[in-house]
Amino acid sequence: MQEEVLVAQVKKLLRMAETCLPADVLEALREAYELESSSLSRMQLQAFIENSRIACEGSLPICQDTGMISFYVSVGDGVQLPGWLSSCLRRAVSELSEEMPLRPNLVSALGRQNLGNVGACAPQVWIEQVPGDNIELAVLPKGGGSENMSSLAMLKPWEGLEGIRRLALSQIQNSGGQPCPPTIVGIGIGGGADVAARLAKKALLRSLKERNGDPEVAGFERELKEEANALGIGPMGVGGRTTVLGVNVEVCDCHVASLPVAINMHCWAARRAKMIISSQGEFKFLSHEVE
Amino acid sequence: MAEVKLRTPISHEESKALRVGDVVSFSGEFLLCRDKAHARLLEFACQQRPIPVRMEGIPIYHAGPVVRELDRSLRIIAAGPTTSLRMEEYEAHILRHYKPRIVVGKGGMGKRTLEALVDTGGAYAVFPGGAAILAARSIKEVMGVYWMDLGVPDALWHTRVEEFGPCVVTMDSTGGSLHERINSESLGRLRDLLSRQLPSSGVGASACQNLPLKGFDLGRN
Repeated sequence: MQEEVLVAQVKKLLRMAETCLPADVLEALREAYELESSSLSRMQLQAFIENSRIACEGSLPICQDTGMISFYVSVGDGVQLPGWLSSCLRRAVSELSEEMPLRPNLVSALGRQNLGNVGACAPQVWIEQVPGDNIELAVLPKGGGSENMSSLAMLKPWEGLEGIRRLALSQIQNSGGQPCPPTIVGIGIGGGADVAARLAKKALLRSLKERNGDPEVAGFERELKEEANALGIGPMGVGGRTTVLGVNVEVCDCHVASLPVAINMHCWAARRAKMIISSQGEFKFLSHEVE
Repeated sequence: MAEVKLRTPISHEESKALRVGDVVSFSGEFLLCRDKAHARLLEFACQQRPIPVRMEGIPIYHAGPVVRELDRSLRIIAAGPTTSLRMEEYEAHILRHYKPRIVVGKGGMGKRTLEALVDTGGAYAVFPGGAAILAARSIKEVMGVYWMDLGVPDALWHTRVEEFGPCVVTMDSTGGSLHERINSESLGRLRDLLSRQLPSSGVGASACQNLPLKGFDLGRN
């Protein structure tokens, strides 16, 4: 695998994420449109669907907030990871920021000086080793409005799923229209404070059609989605039946004294893309159909 | 609920007549203005310094655009609204001092802004969040950009729009607020939902109602 080839393919992946919604999200928005009865909520969903179509056709950013960009790299244990991977990811973000363009969203946290899109911890790159011979590379551009509605709580162990349910429903109600609902709610459970926060965000990479492999957790995902939609916040908070498109929960084991829980919501413009790099250096896009 | 087409500058009578639920489109001048530009507008007001654009009757739009340079002119290619509540610190002062009369954004604003809308006969409207390409298609021209030292998203973008909409009025000069209504209704539903517990709740919750679970309430969040 050559550096130039990788940069070009990552740019293609990121452009896809920024311009075309994954099919499962589009389908969920269309279902929501059919389900809503008020003219105000239908008007919002109609704008989302129309906007997404034009963005994809014209290769334009779906939302002006092109987000902070996170990469998730799963490296097969049979793969020798090139040392320049992270620098290629940074280069791809930097070049696409000019070419598309992406909005310069990165600032110094305290001085608030605008830095473009590449800086300390940006883009975020998470690398983990998994069994296999491929590299799986996922990208998640995420806007500030939805990220601002995130939270972390260290629950008492006895609070269990019921405590997590209460926390999540309160958080969704309290966020109202601010995270651009209908959202996808990512919940990270376990690990420690840092792991739970990372799991909550990573949960947003999962398709709306897939449920957690643990039947109890999968049931919780379905029930929480139904309860959240009973809140009546609706698209953009104007009222309605669709407040969330789905709930994705990821779980790790944790310390005997702790129950860390983090919540991270993705806006309706739930941008994500994923590709596989085979051991032969071939690229295959998983989240989007590519001609 | 009425469908209204407004042309800027918007008069006091026009903004005062708007009601929650009205669907509005705007044509004419439009000011894209968010966090840092709000802070600077307020700073200039305090120092009694002139600002580079006229604001009376010109809607403020909470948005930070994606901008492309084409043939030495600037084109806005994506410009959906940003979360308005971040501007709550500033907006009441700005409505009173500069009299834009209309604020457009997403997610709604708080009590201080609502009071200022009542006092000044203004209205707040939402544009569908994230619909950045639809918004940009109505922005026909960048008439000027000021305070670029604040960065592209935070600069003051003076634009010309045609039929910018659909904007839905959610806060009006009579003190009506769709956001307050949805918030109190959904809070009521949340309380109903939380009055029940999952059947699978741990530590025999149903048998031990006076034990630890009772200590959990909405306040912790």
